[in-house]
Amino acid sequence: MFLRLLSDVRWWTVRPRWKSTSSFRHTTTSSAESSTISLPAQAQVVICGGGIMGTSVAYHLSKLGWKDIILLEQGRYRLAAGSTRFCAGIVSTVRHLSIELKMADYSNKLYQQLEQETGIKTGIGYMKTGSISLAQTQDRLISLKRIASRLRYSVMGIPCEILAPKQVSQLHPLINIHDLVGAMWVPEDAVVSSADVSLALANAASQNGTGVQIHERTSVSHVMVQKGCVTGVETDRGQIKCQYFVNCAGQVQWAYELGLSNEEPVSIPLHACEHFYLLTRPLKKPLESNTPSAAIVDPDGRIYIRSWQGGILSGGFEKNPKPLFTEGRNQLEIQNLHEDWDHFGIEPLLSSLLRRMPGLEALEIMQLVNCPESFTPDMRCVMGESPTVQGYFVLAGMNSAGTSFGGGAGKYRYLAEWMVNGCPSENVWPLDLKRFGALQSSRTFLRHRVMEVMRTALIYDLKVPRWDFQTGRQLRTSPLYDRLDAQGARWMEKHGFERPKYFVPPGKGVDLLALDQSKTFYKPDWFDIVGSEVKCCKEAVCVIDMSSFTKFEISVQSTGDQALEVLQYLFSNDLDVPVGHIVHTGMLNEEGGYENDCSIARVNKRRYSFFMISPTDQQIHCWAWLKKHMPNDSNLLLEDVTWKYTGIALNLIGPRAVDVLSELSYAPMTPEHFPSLFCKVQEMSVGYANGIRVMSMTHTGEPGFMLYIPIEVQYALHVYNELMSVGQKYGIRNAGYYALRSLRIEKFFAFWGQDLDTFTTPLECGREFRVKLDKVQGTDFIGRDALMQQKQEGVCKRFTMFILEDHDTDLDLWPWWGEPIYRNGLYVGKTTSSAYSYTLERHVCLGFVQHFDEETREALVVTPDFINRGEYEIDIAGQRFQAKAKLYPFSSVFTHRRRKDEMELSVVCKSRV
Amino acid sequence: MLAASCCDRRMCVCPGPRRIAIPVRSSRLPLFSDAMPAPTQLFPLIRNCEIGRIYSTVCHCHHKHLCCLSPHLAHNHLRCTPQKKLAALCCPKENFNPFIHTRSYVSTPQRFYLTPPQVNSILKANEYSFKVPEFDGKNVSSVLGFDSNQLPANAPIEDRRSAATCLQTRGMLLGVFDGHAGCACAQAVSERLFYYIAVSLLPHETLLEIENAVESGRALLPILQWHKHPNDYFSKEASKLYFNSLRTYWQELIDLNSGETTDVKEALINAFKRLDNDISLEAQVGDPNSFLNYLVLRVAFSGATACVAHIDGVDLHVANTGDSRAMLGVQEEDGSWSAVSLSCDHNAQNENEIERIKLEHPKSEEKSLVKQDRLLGLLMPFRAFGDVKFKWSIELQKRVIESGPDQLNDNEYTKFIPPNYHTPPYLTAEPEVIHHRLRPQDKFLVLATDGLWETMHRQDVVRIVGEYLTGVHHQQPIAVGGYKVTLGQMHGLLTERRARISSVFEDQNAATHLIRHAVGNNEFGTVDHERLSKMLSLPEELARMYRDDITIIVVQFNSHVVGACQNEEF
Repeated sequence: MFLRLLSDVRWWTVRPRWKSTSSFRHTTTSSAESSTISLPAQAQVVICGGGIMGTSVAYHLSKLGWKDIILLEQGRYRLAAGSTRFCAGIVSTVRHLSIELKMADYSNKLYQQLEQETGIKTGIGYMKTGSISLAQTQDRLISLKRIASRLRYSVMGIPCEILAPKQVSQLHPLINIHDLVGAMWVPEDAVVSSADVSLALANAASQNGTGVQIHERTSVSHVMVQKGCVTGVETDRGQIKCQYFVNCAGQVQWAYELGLSNEEPVSIPLHACEHFYLLTRPLKKPLESNTPSAAIVDPDGRIYIRSWQGGILSGGFEKNPKPLFTEGRNQLEIQNLHEDWDHFGIEPLLSSLLRRMPGLEALEIMQLVNCPESFTPDMRCVMGESPTVQGYFVLAGMNSAGTSFGGGAGKYRYLAEWMVNGCPSENVWPLDLKRFGALQSSRTFLRHRVMEVMRTALIYDLKVPRWDFQTGRQLRTSPLYDRLDAQGARWMEKHGFERPKYFVPPGKGVDLLALDQSKTFYKPDWFDIVGSEVKCCKEAVCVIDMSSFTKFEISVQSTGDQALEVLQYLFSNDLDVPVGHIVHTGMLNEEGGYENDCSIARVNKRRYSFFMISPTDQQIHCWAWLKKHMPNDSNLLLEDVTWKYTGIALNLIGPRAVDVLSELSYAPMTPEHFPSLFCKVQEMSVGYANGIRVMSMTHTGEPGFMLYIPIEVQYALHVYNELMSVGQKYGIRNAGYYALRSLRIEKFFAFWGQDLDTFTTPLECGREFRVKLDKVQGTDFIGRDALMQQKQEGVCKRFTMFILEDHDTDLDLWPWWGEPIYRNGLYVGKTTSSAYSYTLERHVCLGFVQHFDEETREALVVTPDFINRGEYEIDIAGQRFQAKAKLYPFSSVFTHRRRKDEMELSVVCKSRV
Repeated sequence: MLAASCCDRRMCVCPGPRRIAIPVRSSRLPLFSDAMPAPTQLFPLIRNCEIGRIYSTVCHCHHKHLCCLSPHLAHNHLRCTPQKKLAALCCPKENFNPFIHTRSYVSTPQRFYLTPPQVNSILKANEYSFKVPEFDGKNVSSVLGFDSNQLPANAPIEDRRSAATCLQTRGMLLGVFDGHAGCACAQAVSERLFYYIAVSLLPHETLLEIENAVESGRALLPILQWHKHPNDYFSKEASKLYFNSLRTYWQELIDLNSGETTDVKEALINAFKRLDNDISLEAQVGDPNSFLNYLVLRVAFSGATACVAHIDGVDLHVANTGDSRAMLGVQEEDGSWSAVSLSCDHNAQNENEIERIKLEHPKSEEKSLVKQDRLLGLLMPFRAFGDVKFKWSIELQKRVIESGPDQLNDNEYTKFIPPNYHTPPYLTAEPEVIHHRLRPQDKFLVLATDGLWETMHRQDVVRIVGEYLTGVHHQQPIAVGGYKVTLGQMHGLLTERRARISSVFEDQNAATHLIRHAVGNNEFGTVDHERLSKMLSLPEELARMYRDDITIIVVQFNSHVVGACQNEEF
């Protein structure tokens, strides 16, 4: 071990002599010498990037049985030369997203077992030190408590503890606890040397069946694509034909550049920043050696600290990060980045460190390491298959999670599984590359946003509810933006689109609703504002700008049953409906999980023509899914008309919507003439404007209409003005998405991306009525078999609505999402969304209930009986609140419920009976 | 007008007995505390009008800062350089309590702080920068340019500055002038001295040409190109008078025609002496215009020191009269800075000066010549322009005052004859000239009035300017390398660097930067915004107690040109 440490020291300090040390290193990597060996002409998979990601993907692919894998590393010296080499190597499960948590947990276990498993003396420096996350503020402590309640009682049962400041000093005597309000202790967390992990994984991969070949000093210039599929890569040492290409080219900018170098560019939205951390020489009086000191994360101080070879390693996230490579100098050697003490000092990192551990003043500095880190626009890594090029996989943008939170090899397990099985084994949507559109790839956008991401990197972990980024805003706005803004709209961003959250009434002023005020774990200051908007939706009429929703048009070129067949195959509900009908349907995958949840209206009489509305962030995902599953020879024409109807889509909600619209259109709009879930066959005229597509549907369960106004006619403002002036006598007002959200949650409406994911089937969320298992033509649809099977066997999780009973809206912490659900004191699942219901005057949480066998932890079938017979509690940051579970919405409470919704409900009731 | 104690920083003209006489002091109390109309009449005069200045010299409360200073010092943690030279003049504290009381009458105590932008707008109000234009590599000057600035403490400021390029000869002139007993003399010297110098330097032919032009009413060759801040004004009324005196001077020079090439040193000395002589003569002769008549008298009865640099290629001459200083900033081979003095202070700290004065007067006066570090116990600088009270015979003074305007006659100060005044003149304007050949390592020259030098050591001045000009903000990145540095040491180092950078970034002018340090430096030598803000928020009447007027010119040399000139000559 001592030798290893020595060699490590040389790594850090004697840069020019890397070459000599690298030869020593090379002997440990069996195939590393292969740089002299010529490249093979073809392979199944080419992985670009020999960092921890690339080696991990290679390792996992080979473990899953793939043999023909080539790993290319452009670094001149060896594997793990990118930011992997400079990783701080803290493996921490302190994460908010459950997918990230699972990955970190997997990584931790993988590292732990790596040695045994591979039989190689890996020496990855794995030490289970535990981690302490410090809280200097009450809000931070709440945030930690939320994580703790999730960690502790999740399926994995990761132990953790909330500590008082005094206990912190017992765990780690060097910590100054005077300004702390508490901390969280996760004893299972560990530290590793990530460069060594990467080498060990490479070793293991090449031993797994000798399928993996590693070639160093080889850089990929571009990826060859034919007909939207990867055919090979062009390197500086020749071409390699391949079926799959994996871009792990760096947590640093290379991935971005490499993506753009394609003929069909693959946009990978990430941007690099300089990241600094400090290494010191050993402490004079070492900490008690039997218990290696825990890794410290001080989010309020913006730093992390871990022990490192007797000394400490400490880095952090500056307030003014230094973005790198914006101009795309992707060949810059990382090694040439300089230590910038002034930056480290000016940004409060050094003072933070000394404040946290005043005893370190006398500690001698060894080096300030500057390593580039890549960040994504939303602080989550990107992985998955490119929406434009089949066989092109990406894994990059670790947002320093690769560093501070773990080698995170688990991530790559999912990617490997994705490649081998065609889909990942968990819901990775929050990390999917397809959550970004092309507009999030502008260099300027990335540069600005990434600076904010880094500035808030640890602060962000606070995950204050309803966080909105400040930079890179107003990318896409509706034509009403200025108009709404002037009326007090407060904005949020989704997929680059500005959407109004709520409208501050005139006179309420700026004092209220200052930015920070809204960021609370308790009752937010917009409570009453949204309340009055909701009331107006219920009693009068509101207008919401919903231009951001994704809109596709699918049309059939020729009349032909074949085309309809294709559509019936793609969608789970029966699309063979008369013109003017709207069908709620899912797009399911083979397992019956929701790939998309959408509404489809048949709009044309003569031929099959459909208008499809999906959630905003489905734009890329849905398009890619449809493209992938539509037969190439089908004469279906798919068109993204989102932009076309960004003219605006106005959602007119409320009982008086009928009156407003009929007054404006001189057409009867009463339910008798225009029942719910219908689409006017003829495009209507509203005011002076015609050609407007009206649908009796609101996405909320309230009565009302959607008005789609095409952009080519500049009617948007006119229609809006007409609506507002005519609606005045009906009490019309603007409303925002918070009102919409409250309405749909109290109505038990699930939203894709929040409640539904690719692992949720319609049966699990009570949407059987939206699935037609036996369509007229008897045709199959994707996922039908899985659903049939599930219908036979019963579901293992069930979407349930909870009404909090003893929760004080004014005084208690608000639920948000991700809170653990307890049934009779046992953990049964997590909430997926929640909102205050102004009608029920209670909080409503939606979430999935599972039934775990008490001994085997195996998931059992969940029956309605199981749901109904439980006593439920929701855990909000450690405090449990009683909740009443419901499987169906309150129909009686909402007196306005009529029309087709009722029909639907009766169908449901029948099916239940 | 009442005779109150009056102790100017430079000049204490109160008659000895009165200075400490309690009855006099108590007689002032009614003036401020009871007779309210008096101060309201008085202060606008003092602040706004030059006439009011002389007229009320006796009551120049804001002049005699040290008398009033000690009680304030006790209450205030603001730094004030101890001024030993005036300590003896300080009166017993108990006498001042009522005075403090009345002080708060005049201006309410200020508790607010100025914000950094406000501080900057004060500091930058008078800043001026000049860059010598380049001519395609031809006629490239050894001077890159200069930055100048001044910060008033007196209201109005008594310092003056001048900068000009000689058009008929080569070279550039820069000077700072520190007035006392009013600003009239400093103003006159700042307007006139450079013309006298330029004329002294002109060759015979040019003088003839100019004289002929004047004679025949043709356009005059321009002699000087001034580089003036908009706040630097010239008095229009006196220009004719001044021009005539100057013309007389060059006519004499033409007559004298020695035929020899003019020596710069000699020219400087002649110009200084001649100007002072003219000031004196103009006051004796008087002027039919009553305004001008009064003006020339005010010029003559007030005083000013001068520190002037003449830079021509590698030849740098500094002519100094009084206690302003010229300091050369030299960068050593290792990059460090050292200060080289190019002037000698003419005050009691300079033994040579004391020696000189003693030699000029009979031995019987030896004891009374310098008292309390002041000339005749009154004047701090031992050389100065104007100040005819120390130059004229008693008879002449009396005659001029009696025949002079009433304002002059009413003025206690002008009427008062210095004690032990036996063998005038006691004062001269003759400068001491130091010649220096510029070397490439000479990077800049700082000319500044004593307001700067009494708050900062010359070494610090040179270091701050040097680091500013070479761009501290481009400081070398710190590299730990093989050194043993602890986290604590590094933290201290970084904090200090940060403080330096932040103060550098605020200034585009070296003189402003220096003033910021002079006023705002804390005990660690870094600018403390709070202190700076406090110092600048002082009301006009108090400001003079904590600092003097500061005027600074920083001339930057062009090392390449200097190096090239040197090589040519060898």
